[in-house]
Amino acid sequence: MSNKYIGQSVKRLEDKRFITGKGRYTDDIKLPGMTYASFVRSPYAHARVNRIDTSAAKDMPGVVAIFTGDDIASAGIVGVPTGWQVNFRNGDTMKEPPHPLLVPTGSTVKHIGDPVAVIIADSREAAFDASEAVEVDWEELPAVVSAYKATQEGAPQVHPDAPGNLAFDWEIGNPIDEVNEAIEQSAHVTTLEFVNQRLVPNAIEPRAYIGHYDEVSDKYTLYTSTQNPHLIRLLMCAFVLGIPEHKVRVLGPDVGGGFGSKIYHYTEEALVTWASKQIRRPIKWTETRSEAFMLDAHGRDHITKAEMGFDAEGNIKALRIKTYANLGAYLSTFAPAVPTYLHGTLLQGLYTTPKIHLDLYGVFTHTVAVDAYRGAGRPEATYLLERMLDLAALEMGKNPVQLRKQNFIPSFDGVEQPGYQTQVALQYDSGNYHGVLDRAVEMLGYDEFRQMQQEANQNGKLLGVGFSTYIEACGIAPSAVVGALGARAGLYESAQVRVQPTGKVSVFTGAHSHGQGHVTTFAQVVADKLGIAMEDIDIIHGDSDAVAFGMGTYGSRSLAVGGSAIVKSIDKVLEKGAKIAAHKLECSVDDLEYAEGKWTVKGTDKSISFGDVALTAYVPHVYPQGLEPGLDFSSFYDPANFTYPFGCHIAIVEVDKETGRVKLKRFIAVDDVGNVINPMIVDGQIHGGLAQGIGQALLEEAIYDENGQLTNGSYMDYAMPRADDLPSFELDRQVTPCPHNPLGVKGAGEAGCIGSTPAVVNAVIDALWSGGHKVKDIRMPLTSERVWRAMQEQNTQILHS
Amino acid sequence: MTQITVTVNGTSQTHEVEPRQLLVYYLRDKLGLTGTHIGCDTSSCGACTVHMDGMAVKSCSILAVQADGCEITTIEGLAQGDQLHPVQEGFKECHGLQCGFCTPGMIMATVDMLQNNPDPTEEDIRHALEGNICRCTGYHNIVRSVQWAAEKMKTSAKVLDGASVSPSPVYASVNLNQQQQQQL
Repeated sequence: MSNKYIGQSVKRLEDKRFITGKGRYTDDIKLPGMTYASFVRSPYAHARVNRIDTSAAKDMPGVVAIFTGDDIASAGIVGVPTGWQVNFRNGDTMKEPPHPLLVPTGSTVKHIGDPVAVIIADSREAAFDASEAVEVDWEELPAVVSAYKATQEGAPQVHPDAPGNLAFDWEIGNPIDEVNEAIEQSAHVTTLEFVNQRLVPNAIEPRAYIGHYDEVSDKYTLYTSTQNPHLIRLLMCAFVLGIPEHKVRVLGPDVGGGFGSKIYHYTEEALVTWASKQIRRPIKWTETRSEAFMLDAHGRDHITKAEMGFDAEGNIKALRIKTYANLGAYLSTFAPAVPTYLHGTLLQGLYTTPKIHLDLYGVFTHTVAVDAYRGAGRPEATYLLERMLDLAALEMGKNPVQLRKQNFIPSFDGVEQPGYQTQVALQYDSGNYHGVLDRAVEMLGYDEFRQMQQEANQNGKLLGVGFSTYIEACGIAPSAVVGALGARAGLYESAQVRVQPTGKVSVFTGAHSHGQGHVTTFAQVVADKLGIAMEDIDIIHGDSDAVAFGMGTYGSRSLAVGGSAIVKSIDKVLEKGAKIAAHKLECSVDDLEYAEGKWTVKGTDKSISFGDVALTAYVPHVYPQGLEPGLDFSSFYDPANFTYPFGCHIAIVEVDKETGRVKLKRFIAVDDVGNVINPMIVDGQIHGGLAQGIGQALLEEAIYDENGQLTNGSYMDYAMPRADDLPSFELDRQVTPCPHNPLGVKGAGEAGCIGSTPAVVNAVIDALWSGGHKVKDIRMPLTSERVWRAMQEQNTQILHS
Repeated sequence: MTQITVTVNGTSQTHEVEPRQLLVYYLRDKLGLTGTHIGCDTSSCGACTVHMDGMAVKSCSILAVQADGCEITTIEGLAQGDQLHPVQEGFKECHGLQCGFCTPGMIMATVDMLQNNPDPTEEDIRHALEGNICRCTGYHNIVRSVQWAAEKMKTSAKVLDGASVSPSPVYASVNLNQQQQQQL
């Protein structure tokens, strides 16, 4: 062990190829004989496919093959599965209708973009041309896009076997009678009905796949822009195509961002893989941006009513919530888990609320699937709690900082003090919530700000401050726990540490980097644990043939779970290495200490280097009897608990009285993500998360019209934060180590996105109240028009519209 | 098919292209220069930014035939051998990239901006780059990267004048040696 790299802002090893244009994303790959796929997709949200005529398209130049849903059905392929099972509260299994690769004739398409045929041609252009020559007889049917409306009497049905469009109903928390009673007895009840709007993840690299069946080896290769190659292989082989897993290699080369949207097993992955065997040529499909908007799983989309009860002193006594969660037309890989186990279980927040109840409805609609998007459930829970806290403070005339502090769970380290058991199943690992809030408020200068706000008001300007404190459950997850909660897979991670005969080290990890910098961070850990140089280490990921197994990267899990697996393997390397060293140094293992890349006999200058031990392991001429040669260990790490990062975010905004335009003036974030390996990379993760969270508050929303058309499905119409929409961020950090993993790390990928959204909305509401506009809520995103209307109408509380 | 002659990264190229082919597909498919990326189809994201006759253009909104007779520089042609352009260096030094997909376009747009405005304010930078979308970094470190590069380019000019100044690091830290960078 040394301390050369851990905690240092080591510049990223992966950068050089990206800044010189040498990155290798799936669409950059060209295989000999490669063909190109283009899909015929539904222009309607809901329609019966009466007839598909491909005869004209078949004769178009360059067309190699055309497949329809009937071809897929006759090959016995049913569709892609979901990876998580949630039951109705009466114990019945959730509704899980099939999600076909192509919708067959006689059946119905269920969202715009749902595919009915695929054209495979010699060039991309030929495939596009031919797909326009396919004639489909559509019979348009009524559609429903709102989760609330879909549950009402007479709503169009998405699946015949899911009455009322319910995939499941579900609850968590204390018995509802106890919560009702606590609400009734409260001195003050803050009530809010709101929409947590639908978002599009929008990784800048569109999804791309290449399926390649090789006749000689009878093996398939799938190149895919995925966050988890092994998971894709498992789902596709075992549950979709029924082909043996050892005959399939899945590669996730450079991937241009994921944010959740590239976790899931999409129908096109299975389709290009299957079809490449039919035509005996490789097939590439790269989605257009329009397709990405129509097809990549969306995020959020909750309609909620929440009531928070307080006693006369401002102590939270109860929280009662009813939420309709839109799941889209089909259940995507993680979808059932997002509004339930990643949302309901976080409703304790940082507070000691004694009674909590969530009443939840998972609903099918004629929209694309909704699944985990950066934060996944936790931003929804945080938004709810933090909007309630700031609103309650305004209503009760209290200081929002003090109101939080009086309700905070006291600090606990999870070692001397036990973890905190919530009312909603989770046990928090360690936390110091006062610390992050105090530090962020210090950076803000609370009293100075209020002074400034008053002065601004006198000068005709509206300034506002918004607070948000959050907790998230990351490092997913203990397999036994998630298994009990309905996960159909374990959520451990694997790692192999292969010491080469010369003492260089190859590390194979099941995590997958698509921007997070694993190659650098993981090498820092390995270098320090082994006391060797970073340049002697190679981190290999994203290849199911090279890496034994992996669950991939999402839920801020890579370092907490994947990094811990690497540490386990390193421990095994050092344990065996010590036996070899002891033999060479003619001493007992107990007499040795390992530091700075060598074993030394305690109290002497006799030592042997890591490199010499590695060589001995592979050239075992002088070697301990009975010990196997080689120095190469695999490990699987299954975490003992989730990790619980937390933090405090503060936004300061200026609202233009005349136009309602919101200008974000400052953004302060103090996050506690446990121990930090590379501060530069962690800061970068926070920055990116903040931008997405602020984007939700001010700019972003996927808007389906009542016919189910996505009205803003392009980068010209869907507003994402651009450089001039954001300020530079003010960051600080607190460190409360995770008590249950060997690195003490908690995870940083989602934090920024989870905490920031309510801070911005709270700041706008605060600005309006300071100008005498006592508005409870404004529907996100807070466009100029909505804010202006709120100022005119005083209250734009959005009901179930 | 139409014949075009284009000088790309200093090499003259002559090809028959379909009149409908976009410059970005010509660069990626015909010339194998896959460093230029396609992110949006609507000229909104800037991932496809290259230089045409020295000016930044979005190569998804230009036909290959329009580039006939022009000089094109792509991300692959920006470094001088092993010597990175200061903007490339800046993005690495200041963690101005994560997934790397928008990065080539972001770098090409930045080089153009600094040619016109060698001493930009933060506001100038944010305004100049608003045609390039990054979903990973929140732009914070992209701004730092551009500032670093601007400083370095000014410094390089001063070095030529006999002075010696280097930009102050944003992330004071270990910088790995050349050999290690070569490996990756």
